[in-house]
Amino acid sequence: MSSYDFPDARGHFGPYGGVYVAETLMAALDELNAEYARAKADPAFWQEYHYELKHFVGRPSPVYHAKRWSEQLGGAQIYFKREDLNHTGAHKVNNTIGQALLARRMGKKRVIAETGAGQHGVASATVAARYGMECVVYMGAEDVKRQAPNVFRMKLLGATVVPVESGSKTLKDALNEAMRDWVTNIDSTFYILGTAAGPHPYPMLVRDFQRIIGIEAKEQMQEMVGRQPDMVVACVGGGSNAIGIFHPYVEVEGVRLVGVEAGGDGVATGRHAAPLTAGKPGVLHGFRSYLMQDENGQIIETHSVSAGLDYPGVGPEHSLLKDIGRAEYVAINDDEALRAFEDCCHLEGIIPALESSHALAHAAKVAPTMGRDQIILVNLSGRGDKDINTVASLMGLTL
Amino acid sequence: MSRIAETFTRLQAAGEKALIPFITAGDPDPGLTVSLMHGLVEGGADVIELGVPFSDPMADGPVIQRASERALAHKVGLRNVLDMVREFRRSNQQTPVVLMGYLNPVHVLGYEVFAKEAAAAGVDGVLTVDCPPEEAAELSAALTAARLDPVFLIAPTTPMARVKQIAALARGYVYYVSLKGVTGAGNLDIDDVARKIAALREFIDVPIGVGFGIRDAETARAISTAADAVVVGSRLVQEIEAATPETAKEQLTRLVASLKDAIR
Repeated sequence: MSSYDFPDARGHFGPYGGVYVAETLMAALDELNAEYARAKADPAFWQEYHYELKHFVGRPSPVYHAKRWSEQLGGAQIYFKREDLNHTGAHKVNNTIGQALLARRMGKKRVIAETGAGQHGVASATVAARYGMECVVYMGAEDVKRQAPNVFRMKLLGATVVPVESGSKTLKDALNEAMRDWVTNIDSTFYILGTAAGPHPYPMLVRDFQRIIGIEAKEQMQEMVGRQPDMVVACVGGGSNAIGIFHPYVEVEGVRLVGVEAGGDGVATGRHAAPLTAGKPGVLHGFRSYLMQDENGQIIETHSVSAGLDYPGVGPEHSLLKDIGRAEYVAINDDEALRAFEDCCHLEGIIPALESSHALAHAAKVAPTMGRDQIILVNLSGRGDKDINTVASLMGLTL
Repeated sequence: MSRIAETFTRLQAAGEKALIPFITAGDPDPGLTVSLMHGLVEGGADVIELGVPFSDPMADGPVIQRASERALAHKVGLRNVLDMVREFRRSNQQTPVVLMGYLNPVHVLGYEVFAKEAAAAGVDGVLTVDCPPEEAAELSAALTAARLDPVFLIAPTTPMARVKQIAALARGYVYYVSLKGVTGAGNLDIDDVARKIAALREFIDVPIGVGFGIRDAETARAISTAADAVVVGSRLVQEIEAATPETAKEQLTRLVASLKDAIR
């Protein structure tokens, strides 16, 4: 595995990725690619990025040993990478800072973003406020309803939230609408894409801005337990938190990488959001990857209790990691994720995001099958404050 | 010579500009599409762009999005669209038909399979909106092998270096996107379009069609002074949307005739 070096110059991760967009966007993507190449080679850019992560976000996020839960499960020791402790409550801000710094370098005064659970929207609104930019966030009308607290947070931060009424009214439709805005306002606007997907160079640059998770975790694990985990587990919607923690581990032998997709009502029911588990390769939103689609190539509506995983595609690098066998991908159903959500609250005193609860559920599932001396590192990608209304209504309560 | 090239050669000889109307296959009902296509020809359509419905039409404005949704409510897939072209060809062998849509429905069928079936059905050209030249090698090869014309977009943002790259691949005609925006947008700048087209002529040998945002006879006329073809989509789809199934064909024919008159 010593030659893992993706994407290639044109954004391909093996047969995945690429630049599948309408002609009008091509020049903007080329411009972004060129600017990122300059920024990447500029130590001052990274210096500012790291300064912001330290002083604005509060990094490094700690690694935490979930002792009570591990004990109860009676197998592998579970550790959390605490991205939930970041400013704005999730890993998303690592990326929005990087992209906002790029936007500033490019002289763009207006940023747009798509959001599902609202975490990326909040993180985008936050950096827009921080750097004095106008911010418009596209959010599926369905998600606007189920993530009301985050909608209000974005408004408090000065962003305009546009509910998207087309299609399934979720993340994929928000992405369509953001692309339409971008194509219309291409000269003035920077598109802060929220996950490691979309046309090149987004999957690469989002990964590069999220790699900090895995880079820190490697150092922290070494420091805490003197070795690397046996397994790293992360939830996968678009896949940015997962690629962020996986990527620095790709060439580390003996570390299993497990991505956890949203199984919704169960993969067998068809009501899920697990393209790597049950989809096949296709082209959507500017890139080629595993996709949930019907026999006519139409995109299938997805279902998940967590808005952030409710997406029919997945970042192209995950498709490659699956095909080459370097990462495994599994699905966790809504009910399993909710059980893990509750256990995490009760046993560890941490309210996890419903997205992250999928990763926790898988860890809880496999830990008992592993030895007590083995280690599972879970990327706790976000905190669950935003989900309390959803969880309450599932319990039959109104807050 | 392809049916598209023949059409443009004939029009150029007559000193005429081409009118290229766009409708979405299966909108509002799959049973109506072939009749609407004939209606377009009766009104004066020189080439028909037939939209292949897609669940996520990122480059389209709300009008064509709704057309796609109406067609998809009838589960219209790419193979159904090919059946419609086949039926249209039974009584029309002259008017070129260009399929316009997104890559995934073609991708899922397989490029070679699609190209062969499309050619057999009587399709003449294919424009996949989200497949720029960088990603088009395989699809273009399959289309060309089946004697179909790959039609490419050129945008106001396309630098001249890319124009040359597109020119090398383009067959039939190129589609110049008249504005920065989605289909049906309202920010068209005619003088700017005319200047761009003049610049494109240096590199582009095939005819240049212009579309996005052409809403009436007056705009169509202005654009036709610079372009070889005028593409009208959203305006026609709106007409279908406002009509009843009984009146749709007649209304469409009348509208197309008024547009063709304007550019003659």
